[in-house]
Amino acid sequence: MTNLPTPTLSEGASVVCVVCILLVPLAAGGLALMNAGLGRSRGAAHTMIASLCILSVAVITYFVCGFAVQGFAEGPSHVLNEGGKQWDWIGAGPFFFRKFELDGSRESLVAVFSMLCAGLAALIPLGAAAERWRLRAMCASTALLAGFTFPLFAHWVRFGGWLEQVGSNYGLGHGLIDVGGSGWIQAAGGLTALSIVWILGPRRGKYSSTKMPNAIPAHNAVFVVFGAMLCWLGWLGLNSAGAILFGGALPGQTLLEIVNTTLAAASAGLAALVVTGLRFGRPDASLTCNGWIGGLVASSAGCLFIKPAEAVVVGAIAGVLVTYAVEWLEFGLKVDDPGGSISAHAVGGIWGLLAVGLFARLPTLSGSNSGQFVAQLVGIATLLGFVLPITYGLNRLLNWFVPYRVSLEGERQGMDLHELGADAYPEFVVHTEEFIQR
Amino acid sequence: MKLAGFFMLVAGWFIVLASMPLLGSMKLLTIFVLAGLGVEVIGLVLVVRSHLIVEDETG
Repeated sequence: MTNLPTPTLSEGASVVCVVCILLVPLAAGGLALMNAGLGRSRGAAHTMIASLCILSVAVITYFVCGFAVQGFAEGPSHVLNEGGKQWDWIGAGPFFFRKFELDGSRESLVAVFSMLCAGLAALIPLGAAAERWRLRAMCASTALLAGFTFPLFAHWVRFGGWLEQVGSNYGLGHGLIDVGGSGWIQAAGGLTALSIVWILGPRRGKYSSTKMPNAIPAHNAVFVVFGAMLCWLGWLGLNSAGAILFGGALPGQTLLEIVNTTLAAASAGLAALVVTGLRFGRPDASLTCNGWIGGLVASSAGCLFIKPAEAVVVGAIAGVLVTYAVEWLEFGLKVDDPGGSISAHAVGGIWGLLAVGLFARLPTLSGSNSGQFVAQLVGIATLLGFVLPITYGLNRLLNWFVPYRVSLEGERQGMDLHELGADAYPEFVVHTEEFIQR
Repeated sequence: MKLAGFFMLVAGWFIVLASMPLLGSMKLLTIFVLAGLGVEVIGLVLVVRSHLIVEDETG
């Protein structure tokens, strides 16, 4: 089997692609709002400014060296030869985009799209590590993610790397299919979040002396729901641009992408709403939004290749999985993830990759999907066996030089006051002198 | 235990990697890829257990 076709982009496809790429930052804005809303009010400003810092560091690092590591399809790369088969391990693109024309060609659109995706992936750990992760440590960790781990895995999956080549080299379908980034953006970001949360430990007061988790409710459900809606728009752009750039979709085929993405998110949100309603007596707003995000994440990998009815199934399963994963992580594994990032992005992303193997109807792939299913399993194995250990190891190493966890005093004070010197909602503070009779 | 867990995660991935050039039949390849994933799951359980123990010790 060969890789997916990637014909030259027509002018119309380039224009549609640029419009879709312009929507991607809305996903970042949505995630930032969700992360801020799901935390406590005393860390809201910190979460928002941290999101901006993370995005800035991620895009600059990607520009400096990330694109060089990632490379682009049919661009220069470092290759190993094994038994006459080529294993493309790492890109050899230009540093600082040197001598790289941003002229509307497929390669230039891919570079811009990937730069925004690096920012999006880097935002995911913030949701899990909020309220105890220092700003400078976030920036350092983001540089690591956007400069090395994200582009390396992205190269393997989508830019002519060995995971894409397992189709042509070993007959595993079309190689790993992940057009919108369920694996190379979302699951990679979610597993980085897990690594960082393991290093940081839970927030103080999250677990009682009997190891039971205490509820620390979201401070602003409106932010969370509005953030989830913004993410929907962002994901429409993300999946459509990915389908045009990596799946060879024509501009008209983005309609299928839009329908599938929306259906997956809707069914995931409803599934989470029903599950929480049945289990707790009332629907839970934050879990419903996490389920919604899980559906968007799961839809990314293969929404160009599945039917709308299948998108509903993929989304519904994602919604149920995310809801149970949140509880399992909090109660069973004692992982404190206030934003539900690990569940929505890592679990949802892995499910999305698996769903491609189960449901996708791929061009020129007739008969059994078994080869494609194995290719998807190889991708999941790489996420667990490479991305998770390397992000944990590198972040652990970085933690020695730039301590990740804020001091006890800082945590008690709140990240807003401790690191920024001002609260997000100063009017919440009652100034006694305002009530003194004059 | 944590180190052993991460070692098993990487070992499972190597099983998956090695199975592709070494095995020709799709059936055998599927079995080995699943076996590699199984090793990774055991590794993940070990890493999770080690973190639970650390949490217990530090309170």
